[in-house]
Amino acid sequence: MRSVSPRLVLPVLSLTVLIAAVFWLQPRAMSYVGINLLFNLAVPIALATVAQMIIIMVNDIDLSMGAFVSLIACITAAILPTDPALGIAMLVGCVLVYAALGALIEIRQLPAIVVTLGMSFVWSGAAVLILPSPGGTAPVWLTAIMKAKPPFVPVAIIASVLIATVAHLIVMRSSFGVKLRALGGNARAVSRSGRSTVLLRASAYGLAGIFAMLAGMALVGLTTSGDANIALRYTLLSIAGVILGGGEFTGGRVSPVGAVIGALTLTLAGSFLSFLRLSPDWQIGAQGAILILVLAARLVVRQAEKRS
Amino acid sequence: MTCKGLLLTATTIGLLLGTQTMADTADKKIALSNNYAGNSWRQAMLESWKRVTDKAVADGAVASADAFTTAENQATEQAAQIQNMILQGYDAIVVNAASPTALNGAIKEACDAGITVVSFDGIVTEPCAWRVKVDFVKMGRDEVEYLAKRLPEGGNLLEIRGLAGVSVDDEIHAGIEEGVKANANFKIVGSVNGDWAQDVAQKAVAGILPSLPEIAAVVTQGGDGYGAAQAFAAAGRPTPIIIMGNRQDELKWWGEQRDANQYETMSTSIAPGVSTLAFWVAQQILDGQDVPKELTVPFLSVTQDTLDQALKDTPEGGVTNVDYSQDDAKKVIAGSK
Repeated sequence: MRSVSPRLVLPVLSLTVLIAAVFWLQPRAMSYVGINLLFNLAVPIALATVAQMIIIMVNDIDLSMGAFVSLIACITAAILPTDPALGIAMLVGCVLVYAALGALIEIRQLPAIVVTLGMSFVWSGAAVLILPSPGGTAPVWLTAIMKAKPPFVPVAIIASVLIATVAHLIVMRSSFGVKLRALGGNARAVSRSGRSTVLLRASAYGLAGIFAMLAGMALVGLTTSGDANIALRYTLLSIAGVILGGGEFTGGRVSPVGAVIGALTLTLAGSFLSFLRLSPDWQIGAQGAILILVLAARLVVRQAEKRS
Repeated sequence: MTCKGLLLTATTIGLLLGTQTMADTADKKIALSNNYAGNSWRQAMLESWKRVTDKAVADGAVASADAFTTAENQATEQAAQIQNMILQGYDAIVVNAASPTALNGAIKEACDAGITVVSFDGIVTEPCAWRVKVDFVKMGRDEVEYLAKRLPEGGNLLEIRGLAGVSVDDEIHAGIEEGVKANANFKIVGSVNGDWAQDVAQKAVAGILPSLPEIAAVVTQGGDGYGAAQAFAAAGRPTPIIIMGNRQDELKWWGEQRDANQYETMSTSIAPGVSTLAFWVAQQILDGQDVPKELTVPFLSVTQDTLDQALKDTPEGGVTNVDYSQDDAKKVIAGSK
């Protein structure tokens, strides 16, 4: 457990600084409605980030996250409301395909980056087939959940805490999570201890698929309608979120709570720049600068740790 | 107003910018949410917005009219942008949307917060928002009708379509088909995708030309006429009537051909200044006017007579543009009731 808390210090710090800056720039945001508006679109990003984190945890990287979330969004908006049985079957099917991809990558020892890049085109194509032009409607219950107005705490905050808690319990506290992290840290050791690496990698991908599915559904709950290109940005956002949240590309070293915080930070950075009235030409660069700043700070912290 | 000559050819006749100040909306703040700024059309759109709104703010028609463009052309990012605008306390949001549906959640949030939302060009389907629409079907029909006047005996048509899978392409195509059905002596003998880009159109037309009989006219969607002309010239075939789309390179070529051999055609497209029409529509709604939810934008056409004026007003590499005034908006509103 000792390795967890320092990993979280920096993400928490950057989020706190950003929240303070946003509230200072836009006091109106400091309210129930304001906080919900600031963070509700971070919920699907947080789910996608946790999904990406699970893939990064087993030493892979998923370049199809955005396309997969878009496909789920299309299924949720176009098929789930009219034919729930078929919709659920398709969603489950998608998760199973994800798990199968994990098995394929392990059995054939393929580079995940290539497999997922290829699959991103398959997911995108399937999304266009299901929803050729933007449309569809979110199932009523889904919109009701995402737009709920619970007393005192906005649903965006409740959802973020819930996602972080569930991901933390699965990844850091369960024996299943320990095995997955071991697979990322030292696959050979896992294999020698008699565990099936194929089964483990497949279940890691399946778990990531479930989180990505929830991301797509949450997104449709917010937008109330689907579009085949709705979440393409999530691929890079989710990777950035994991790294921002204290995760590392070298397998096994991740932080689920950090990943959720990373996703919130990324979302908030966009709002911050918008409130600053920075010219759009500079915004994308400024977003990158924030990322580099946080990562540089992390390097400095780690160097200091090593020296002490 | 530098393009008075052009204004006359737009379906509404433009008057000079209304100078009377609207006391009722003097303290209102309007924001532009734009999803993309990466081509000449969008750049012209943003320039029009700045030109017209700066004057409107100076005249006291509104308190402010800030333009925001998302860094990446992504619906989720624009949804976040709109939610930020709600927090910033704008009274109206004018939006050119990345997706007709994916912003609906954020737009509904804005409506629920009492904000007027007007979408244009890239319109949204959320019922609480106003839509300043372009009748692209009519644009396709008008092209064939113009040709019917020029070529009473009919002839073979080559159709250049836009980007496959985009609704604008489907609508213009549907209009052209309608027009051909109504004028039975025209026949579409070939169809290619030009993606609204001159180089793509040139390659596509050059590829299909050898298999085609004599072509009387080319129906297009804009941004593809110059490429088509180059392909015909390269193949050594007689130049048909090519409908143009208000791009500067197209108009320049047309001007050269006219001077050399009395070449005649027409050019039509949607003016980037439609952003300013949406701005005035939002202002009218804030002013308490009764405005229908669906408004139709007039096209901006260039004819043989207005070609010189259009060439003079259109910047190198740009698109023919027109800034709309408050009176234009009032006319469009009255015409849609």
